[in-house]
Amino acid sequence: MVFKHDVVIVGAGLAGLRAALEVTGKGDVALISKVYPTRSHSGAAQGGIAAALGNEEPDSWEWHMYDTVKGGDYLTDQNVAEILARDAPRAVYELEHMGVPFNRMNNGKIAQRAFGGHTRNFGEAAVKRACYAADRSGRVIMDTLYFEAVRKGIRIYPEFQMLDLVFRDGQAAGLIAYETATGELHFFHCRMILLATGGYGKVFKTSSNAFASTGDGVYLPYRAGLPLEDMEFVQFHPTGIHRLGVLISEAARGEGGILRNSQGERFMERHAPTIKDLAPRDMVSRAIAMEIREGRGIGGQDYVHLDLTHLGEKKLEERLSDISSFVRIYLGVDPAREPVPIAPTCHYMMGGIPTSTEGEVLDLQGERVPGLYAAGECSCLSLHGANRLGCNSLLDLVVFGRRAGQKMAGELARLPWQEAPERPGEETARRIARLKEKGTGEKTGVLRAELQEAMTLHCSVFRTEESLQKALACIGELQERYPRVRVDHKGDRFNTDLLEALELECLLGLAEAMVHSALARRESRGAHSREDHMERDDDRFLRHTLVCRRGGRVRVDHKPVTVTRFQPRARTY
Amino acid sequence: MEMQFRIFRHDPQVEAKPHYRSYNVKADPRDRILDCLNRIRWEQDGTLSYRMSCGHGVCGSDGMRINGVCGLACQQLVKDYEGQEVLLEPLPFFPVVKDLVVEMEGFLKRIGEQRPHLMARGDPPEKERLQDPRDRRKVDDVIRCILCACCTGACPVMTRNGDYVGPAALVWAYRYICDSRDSRYRERLKNIDFANGVWSCENFFDCTRACPKKIPVTRCINTLKREAEKLGPR
Ligand SMILES: Cc1cc2nc3c(=O)[nH]c(=O)nc-3n(C[C@H](O)[C@H](O)[C@H](O)COP(=O)(O)OP(=O)(O)OC[C@H]3O[C@@H](n4cnc5c(N)ncnc54)[C@H](O)[C@@H]3O)c2cc1C
Ligand code: SF4
Ligand code: SF4
Ligand code: FES
Repeated sequence: MVFKHDVVIVGAGLAGLRAALEVTGKGDVALISKVYPTRSHSGAAQGGIAAALGNEEPDSWEWHMYDTVKGGDYLTDQNVAEILARDAPRAVYELEHMGVPFNRMNNGKIAQRAFGGHTRNFGEAAVKRACYAADRSGRVIMDTLYFEAVRKGIRIYPEFQMLDLVFRDGQAAGLIAYETATGELHFFHCRMILLATGGYGKVFKTSSNAFASTGDGVYLPYRAGLPLEDMEFVQFHPTGIHRLGVLISEAARGEGGILRNSQGERFMERHAPTIKDLAPRDMVSRAIAMEIREGRGIGGQDYVHLDLTHLGEKKLEERLSDISSFVRIYLGVDPAREPVPIAPTCHYMMGGIPTSTEGEVLDLQGERVPGLYAAGECSCLSLHGANRLGCNSLLDLVVFGRRAGQKMAGELARLPWQEAPERPGEETARRIARLKEKGTGEKTGVLRAELQEAMTLHCSVFRTEESLQKALACIGELQERYPRVRVDHKGDRFNTDLLEALELECLLGLAEAMVHSALARRESRGAHSREDHMERDDDRFLRHTLVCRRGGRVRVDHKPVTVTRFQPRARTY
Repeated sequence: MEMQFRIFRHDPQVEAKPHYRSYNVKADPRDRILDCLNRIRWEQDGTLSYRMSCGHGVCGSDGMRINGVCGLACQQLVKDYEGQEVLLEPLPFFPVVKDLVVEMEGFLKRIGEQRPHLMARGDPPEKERLQDPRDRRKVDDVIRCILCACCTGACPVMTRNGDYVGPAALVWAYRYICDSRDSRYRERLKNIDFANGVWSCENFFDCTRACPKKIPVTRCINTLKREAEKLGPR
């Protein structure tokens, strides 16, 4: 079928929902989402959303901006960080007005708590800046925005998976989506597309991300020849449940949790003397990896302990109840009595589709791609730089989701329709038929597991030229094997076998972009830690990486970082 | 360890009646039932369909009947089923799309009928509305809801009366009825104060037992009944 809407938003996480709320009423907007909207991974966010409300103690947007820049190891574009920090209080009040049930202080104001890298007075000491609803902040914000979208009558297509973007004369003309329930292909004819498809942690073996986090929306523009930015920066969250990767929010340390090695030592005192366990994530993850490497993992194994026993049952129940229940369910451990086994887990992608502060997708020359927008984790505003601070993502989603929505609404009067192609989806249908026809071949799961294994081994917390070359070789080999993937499920209904085969192409392409970017950055900055180039090198590498496919090859380019208020300095905590 | 599964299979597009299929999988005692399903699908039988996303009980995708009890496949561990065959079936009386996947539209529609959005008095202030933490605490339990439909699938009244709004919709009604910032207390109560509303609940507590987020569903429903009674005759 052909559906026609002015604006199609791909992804119903917080970024997509927030943008949709801005367009509705001004133009005809539709949301498509490959999972039911309320299953989007924004709902997994636990800790909170950052804003210098100053409710608990004095705070200012400038300190927030500074923390964002320093947390990003000065790769953050400072004009973007300024917009974020200044707009944060408004954004949080707006969420409260819509009904988000934030926790409260005794005086009735929104409660706030400490989080990694949030500091007072430019790094002096920790500050309480994270607004939260227990440890299900993302869930309640998403429910609120989702039902707001329903109330406003926004057209939602649940379980529709985008498989291709359609361009005409360099402008986005629409997209091809697969309806999971029926197996039909549809063409969405539109003037503007907003990609809000979230992260792609599934490139790695251990991840806090959902099974749906496969980065389809990041890969498709890359496949079409558009660049991706800062793809080498992958955030490993220090505290994933050992083996599973399920997240234990930084809020656990914000509320007083402590990391300990096999000797019971609070090792973060050595690595970050001022803010200790509340250092930014890249530093804590590295510290944990070092402890494990030097034999101080618990029982010599590959994990350390997160000690919450001193917080008391009441605090655990009131503020960290979900994560307490994860620990009980998956580890059989009562966090009030025993320490929790944790290890770093792939968590967040700082890199993605380069965009302007209005969500416009930018090409290699920095020119706007007419009709194409991106927001949320799939985008790269250069806001999080080389390492994102906790609670800045939810904020990013609502601040820049809104801005993208406003921009698109403004363009409605201007941007013409592009003609629909004659037989839209033909090529997509052929690709699907090819996958289904094959009687023999390899299984998606096997290739995916090999990719995840290789990326985890060679491209995670620590990297070297050698390890990255190994990763690259493995990706190349898997890409060669990919055309031999076979799909068992030949039917039309809920064919996840087919969809996962298609998603694998995205994972492979994104891994390729990551590794090429990581190879080109011969320095250590933020989450990108090269053991063969241990120092940050501002002279050569204070610049963004752009990676794209050109003529069958992967090419790496650069663009400058915007520095306004804060000159790069050594990053210590 | 080796685990045995019997799984409900049905593709309404090609077969009139459902059937069951058995699978054996190797599993670690700490694995989730969902891990076993994935292994079956990835390694043995790609035609099997079920929903999943977060893998740790926060997205609400994989509600199903596990040995007759509604729950999330990602929240049940293999070790708790040692030595038994595990029977997996879709949530009862939800129309089956395929295998373990059911239609959710009707379920979500009933929640939508509760108008689950804040309707506050007057224009919002410049900053946040103030709310006493004791008032805020009243919704602490219900904001854990992940819309997984396990409660509704477990409710014995639903089996007999498909017109009952069901426990999840009542949880969402409660969510806003008990929000001190909301101004539509009476209206919202009236909306559930009818035979197929709150009064269909017969206090079986199955919903409460099924809820993977440990929401005291029946207690919320009973609170709503008491509040509705205070409104006076219907
Ligand atoms: C466990 C966890 C906890 C976190 N906690 C916090 C926190 O406390 N604070 C914070 O600031 N950040 C946190 N983050 C980060 C933050 O939650 C995410 O970065 C953010 O939610 C991403 O939102 P999004 O709107 O970009 O995408 P998502 O919420 O991931 O949504 C992606 C959407 O895109 C859709 N989609 C994807 N591909 C397709 C396709 N091909 N076709 C159609 N639709 C598609 C999906 O269906 C979904 O609707 C956390 C992340 C995780 C994993
Ligand atoms: S308590 Fe009420 S809603 Fe819950 S299962 Fe029993 S009858 Fe159903
Ligand atoms: S109340 Fe519990 S069981 Fe029912 S939908 Fe919500 S989370 Fe699921
Ligand atoms: S997969 Fe998300 S709740 Fe089970």
